[in-house]
Amino acid sequence: MIEIDHLTKRYGSHTAVSDLCLTVEPGQIYGFLGPNGAGKSTTMNIMTGCLAATEGTVRIGGHDIFEEPAQAKALIGYLPEQPPLYLDMTPLEYLCFVAQAKGVRREERQRQLERAMEVTQIGSVQHRLMKNLSKGYKQRVGIAQALLGDPRVVILDEPTVGLDPIQIIEIRDLIRELGKEHTVILSSHILSEVRAVCQQIMILSKGRLVASDTPDNLEKLFAGTATLELTVKGDEARARTVLGVLPGVTALTCRPGEEAGRTAVSLETDPPADLSEAAFRACAAADLPILRMDMRRASLEEVFLELTADDQPQAPEAPAEEEVEEP
Amino acid sequence: MSAIYQRELRSYFHGMTGYVFIAFLPLFAGIYTMFYNLSSGYPNFEYVLQAMTIIFLIAIPILTMRVIAEERRQKTDQLLYALPVGMTGVVLGKYLAMVTVVAIPCGVMAFYPLLLSTFGTVSFPTAYGALAGFFLLSAALAAIGLLISSLTENQAVAAGLCFVVMLLLFFMSDLSSFVPSSAGASLGALLLTVLVLAVLVRVFTKSTPAAVLTGLVGEAVLLVTYLTAGDAFSGLFGRIVDGLSVFARFNTFVDGLFDWTAILYYLSLIAVALFLAVQSMEKRRWS
Repeated sequence: MIEIDHLTKRYGSHTAVSDLCLTVEPGQIYGFLGPNGAGKSTTMNIMTGCLAATEGTVRIGGHDIFEEPAQAKALIGYLPEQPPLYLDMTPLEYLCFVAQAKGVRREERQRQLERAMEVTQIGSVQHRLMKNLSKGYKQRVGIAQALLGDPRVVILDEPTVGLDPIQIIEIRDLIRELGKEHTVILSSHILSEVRAVCQQIMILSKGRLVASDTPDNLEKLFAGTATLELTVKGDEARARTVLGVLPGVTALTCRPGEEAGRTAVSLETDPPADLSEAAFRACAAADLPILRMDMRRASLEEVFLELTADDQPQAPEAPAEEEVEEP
Repeated sequence: MSAIYQRELRSYFHGMTGYVFIAFLPLFAGIYTMFYNLSSGYPNFEYVLQAMTIIFLIAIPILTMRVIAEERRQKTDQLLYALPVGMTGVVLGKYLAMVTVVAIPCGVMAFYPLLLSTFGTVSFPTAYGALAGFFLLSAALAAIGLLISSLTENQAVAAGLCFVVMLLLFFMSDLSSFVPSSAGASLGALLLTVLVLAVLVRVFTKSTPAAVLTGLVGEAVLLVTYLTAGDAFSGLFGRIVDGLSVFARFNTFVDGLFDWTAILYYLSLIAVALFLAVQSMEKRRWS
């Protein structure tokens, strides 16, 4: 659906996007994730034709955005970081204008307006001036605008920024809803948001794509070690003899538990493996009661920090070879 | 383009701008008509129009200041860039809306000669010829205002800059008469103009080689021409300035001549200003 090939954007001496290659398949919700200044907005602006690239090409549905802008742009609905609203218009007037400017045919227009307003639930404010609307409603009008013209791809730049928690949940639901009919690309620097909404995550750092996969796979891939935390009823020596012999254990640390007679044990395995069942059977056989057991894996948060850390010169880009077995 | 045009036209009437513009032009025309035609008894409506041109110093900045600058400030230009409409369509739509707002008071003023004819003989061809010239003059000035608005994202700056440019254009031919008509003085003034042009090229393109090249080539051409055909330079500067003065070209209409070269001049001025405005918009994609 979208192919970005060796895209580079320089502002003077500053490189905002450097040699970015990625492909977006239809029918999924993609998340661009990255810290501030990673090049998310720049990439989106180039994808939508608002900005020219220094090098490289962007093709939307086979149309080059620079060579055939009209055909390529017709496939895209775009909500920039700040919704581009004319504040002295009402949502209805504004959406009529956008539909007309996008070349939606007159008989189609009414149907599309109604659908966009229904999906974004702005029907109740359609006759109010936009300067009097709340931030959440402005954002919705911005999304409604992006939906006009029946675009195949909807691109949303930080759609939940500046909204209150309830509005954020509503907009997320709305994005999931959109994902059923459109390919959606959204950007965010909030992990939980991308985790909650997106089926595919692309992590950008300093203008480069450092990882691209599903949230689960990313977590799995970058969990260098898995840690099993246990609390057993018994002293340290017994815990060591019983648990230390389990296969794949690379490190075992013990410390006294919070209450007397208990020992907290951490088992590290490399490569990551799930030892919980083996630990249960070993302890049961040794009559060592397990009071608590917890599997801790690198969270998306840690993956993100690891990938976007400054001292990370080259993060793995083709993780296929490092695929680990499902425990 | 028609969507842009309709939205733009409507936006003039969301605020005061459109109403003020449409109300004040006929009002001033009325005041001058009373003064020239009714009190002083001149049968020429074109004098009214000539006296009114000074209103453009204020009216054009008010009409044009927000047209593109405000889009930038509100970030609505992002929408325009993302729409499957070319920048030429956007600029043309905006400009046509502007011209429509200008045309309405001109349409109202077309009734004045008819009213006057009930009191005596009015020369309709000269009156309406001058009105057509007046409309073209305002359309050309509006194009210049639109260009200025496309250069900045602050509408106050756009208005101020536009006012200064209008002022310079208004007094251009008067100022040029201070340059002595000798060939040497003309040469000096022209050399200075080329220098200013080179500086402007530097400011807008930020390319020193292009500016230096413009300056050097311009100065060289002037000097060579001066050395080979020095006589042609006497009074040349004044003639060039008069020829280029947007306001001075209108005076031929007032004198009762329907000057096709002036019409061509206005139309080319509009085309150049709009072309530059489109380039100024396109340039933002590359910055």
